[in-house]
Amino acid sequence: MTEKRIIDVDYGKVETERMRINMGPQHPSTHGVLRLEVELDGEIVTEVVPHIGYLHRCFEKSCEKMSYPQVIPYIDRMDYISSMNNELPFVMGMEKLLGINIPERIDMIRVALCELNRIANHQIAVATFGLDCGAFTPFLYLFRDREMILNLFEAVSGGRLLYNYFWIGGLMNDVPPSFKENCLDIIKTVRVTNEEVMRLLIGNKIFEERTANVGILPADVAVNFGVSGPVLRGSGVDYDIRRSEPYSMYDKLDFDVIIGKGEIGTLGDCFDRNIVRMREMEESCKIIEQIISVFPDESSDVRALVPRRVKPPKGEIYSKAENPKGELGFYIVSDGSVNPYRMRSRATSFVNLSVLPEISKGYMIADLIMILGSLDIVLGEIDR
Amino acid sequence: MTATEIYDKLKNEFANDIISLTEEANVDPFILVNSSRITEICLYLRDEADMNFDYLVNLSGVDYKTNFTVVYHLYSLKLKHRIVLKVELSPEKPSVTTVEKVWKTANWHEREAYDMFGIVFEGHPFMVRILCPYDWEGFPLRKDYKEPEFYRGIKVAY
Amino acid sequence: MEQNFVYKLFGDGIIMYSLFVIIPLTFLLIYALIAILGELKIASWVQDRLGPMRTGWKGVLQPLAEVLKLMQKEDIVPDAANKPLFNLAPYVMFTGAFAAFAAIPFTMNFVPAHLNIGLFYIFAVGAFAVIGIVMGGWASNNKYSLLGAMRGVSQMVSYEIPIALAILSIAALAGSLDLQEIINQQSGGFWNWNILGGNGSLWKVLVIPFTLALFIIHFVGGLAETNRIPFDIPEGESEIVAGYHTEYSGMKFAMFFFAEYANMFTVSALITICFLGGWQSPFGDFLNQPLMQAVWFIGKSCFLVFVQIWLRWTLPRLRVDQLMYVSWKVMTPIAFFCFIAISVWSMLR
Repeated sequence: MTEKRIIDVDYGKVETERMRINMGPQHPSTHGVLRLEVELDGEIVTEVVPHIGYLHRCFEKSCEKMSYPQVIPYIDRMDYISSMNNELPFVMGMEKLLGINIPERIDMIRVALCELNRIANHQIAVATFGLDCGAFTPFLYLFRDREMILNLFEAVSGGRLLYNYFWIGGLMNDVPPSFKENCLDIIKTVRVTNEEVMRLLIGNKIFEERTANVGILPADVAVNFGVSGPVLRGSGVDYDIRRSEPYSMYDKLDFDVIIGKGEIGTLGDCFDRNIVRMREMEESCKIIEQIISVFPDESSDVRALVPRRVKPPKGEIYSKAENPKGELGFYIVSDGSVNPYRMRSRATSFVNLSVLPEISKGYMIADLIMILGSLDIVLGEIDR
Repeated sequence: MTATEIYDKLKNEFANDIISLTEEANVDPFILVNSSRITEICLYLRDEADMNFDYLVNLSGVDYKTNFTVVYHLYSLKLKHRIVLKVELSPEKPSVTTVEKVWKTANWHEREAYDMFGIVFEGHPFMVRILCPYDWEGFPLRKDYKEPEFYRGIKVAY
Repeated sequence: MEQNFVYKLFGDGIIMYSLFVIIPLTFLLIYALIAILGELKIASWVQDRLGPMRTGWKGVLQPLAEVLKLMQKEDIVPDAANKPLFNLAPYVMFTGAFAAFAAIPFTMNFVPAHLNIGLFYIFAVGAFAVIGIVMGGWASNNKYSLLGAMRGVSQMVSYEIPIALAILSIAALAGSLDLQEIINQQSGGFWNWNILGGNGSLWKVLVIPFTLALFIIHFVGGLAETNRIPFDIPEGESEIVAGYHTEYSGMKFAMFFFAEYANMFTVSALITICFLGGWQSPFGDFLNQPLMQAVWFIGKSCFLVFVQIWLRWTLPRLRVDQLMYVSWKVMTPIAFFCFIAISVWSMLR
């Protein structure tokens, strides 16, 4: 039923005028302060110009005055929904520069928490996407389960959303003794709710009608625009940093990389991106199960290798990781002192949002909301 | 392909425009190229069959006080290799041709480099600021940046 | 008129006519309070939470709190708005819902106006809601309100066609437009209800699929008439603003709110009369006294209201062009087909 309309049709003698409306910085959906200037031809979108910068906090400039450990809380606040994943590439990059080899137990904790955060992030992504559609209930079901994950994070690091937990050379604290049982409880609940949400939301005919064939992103356009994460994999491109350039413990773990197959509608539409996220939650559960099964119970000193003063040698490194939203990279230039010389963050959502003007031409304005929701952006990352 | 192989192949093609390859400890190997031919080099890197760098991962500016450097991180999805290109620009009027025609990723990254450093990318379709307000003065990430006293009548520092 | 218990009690005079207005109005007010509470609580239970718990015992006084809040809000009228139309719009919409109560029979003894074209009257008066929406949207002097109102109008008008075909089939089945007549023909237990083919011989099982289909079509059309999800484009998205009632605040907004709940009941009442036997008890003559009949009628209508609320919190919303597609290309042909089948059946019966 959804077709992409051909715009710039020759209207001949009919006097029509294209309307420019503003979907202002205050958005009804939870995407943050983003301003979209939309040019409409009746109901069809002919051009979208995103205006960003409303949440710009000069993170890159502030980092040049701080020491390396002080940067970590700032990195949390970039993609504030999946903070554990934000910290990982920075900490890994610094450990490579400093030449620290962290013990395996710390690696296991890091990967387990990152995968839990991946589940939490995808829960928000699918929930708010359903909210954009008009389905209010899956939002509450997914947030109810996310509470369990946030409670675990609070027990581990003291914060529900922003953690400052991964330190250069180790962690801030050890995990509490109930870590294993909590993880297994979370996985059980997540699996049950995911099945329910698949039936309630994803399998719903109205949802399929709204998302199939909407916002089609062809694979070559996706690669040219540099998108990553579920947006890229939803278009059928098999690129996951955890698989192609494994870091931390990922080369020892067994999981599948989910790519979109165009089951309902075309390959690369909103439905594919959502189904990739839903299935990735299941893969994360598998990863956490594997880690918990070999997790040593005895606690160790997680701060043993944390250096007293982080003074990396002169050099530069680009260290990256697979965030839930895509590839997050940090390009760190160090001049041998305690402050970074240049701290550039290649944020996922910054690049993912740049593809919006391209894929929303020719659709209706209600579809534009869907496409924006399926890209799963968070403005903290875009504006830094 | 390793960095040396890529460097050799590029040197064969572009001769003196490829200035040097740096492979040291604590540094990702990077190739310094001449800023005037960056677009052709990038086009070659993208289209050549055994290089196939179809993914621009990152484009950032760095202010070394003697020059401005634009750093390109490239990756090939098919062949799974990486390379870093660097271009050095003069500190007075830094400008280089855009690679937006090669990879559309560069569109927003270059706008940010312009916003933060004042590096002008010639040929860019929409060279305006992206993160700072459109009428902001000054380029924040430069090392000699002094924030303005007032912006539209509002005192900036508090 | 003679059967009417109010006439028996008070005779034919001003008291009778004013009671005919006051009784449905009181019922509607009480029902609206309960419906608001029901919506809040049912929404909460579907979403695995508790809902309002602090006002009164387990939150039962919440609707009162909401009404009080809306009544004491400042009444803002935009400067450039068309004042008479702006002020009248909510009341016009409420009139559309309330005027139908003149012909709705609550029991066999109580129907304010026993019209022999009752079905036609209710359907015609329901169109007032459309006028109310257009007035509200246009008089707000707001580009987005107007667009939302236009969409609302096109949606409501398009869905009246399948509903009309459904009630036409019922009229064919019953042979009359008189509501009491339609209900009387469904007496004798739930097997004789129109949803299960109306009264007749065992051959009527052939026609059950068609009446079931018509029931569903009528129900879905009713959802569209009251602008509930999955059809709440006029209220929901509409260029990201709240649609035709954006500019309203305070008492007028309360009136729109109230009119929406009243409309829900009117639509449910119509479906109950046509398909579910109206005030007839499902057990035939057992429990068929006038007081119990009122209970049956209100119970069945409230059950349909409950289903409407339930669906709102379960389903996503349809896009505007998909909505139109469903009405014109899916529901109208099916309703036509069912109408032909039922006409044939009622001829043969």
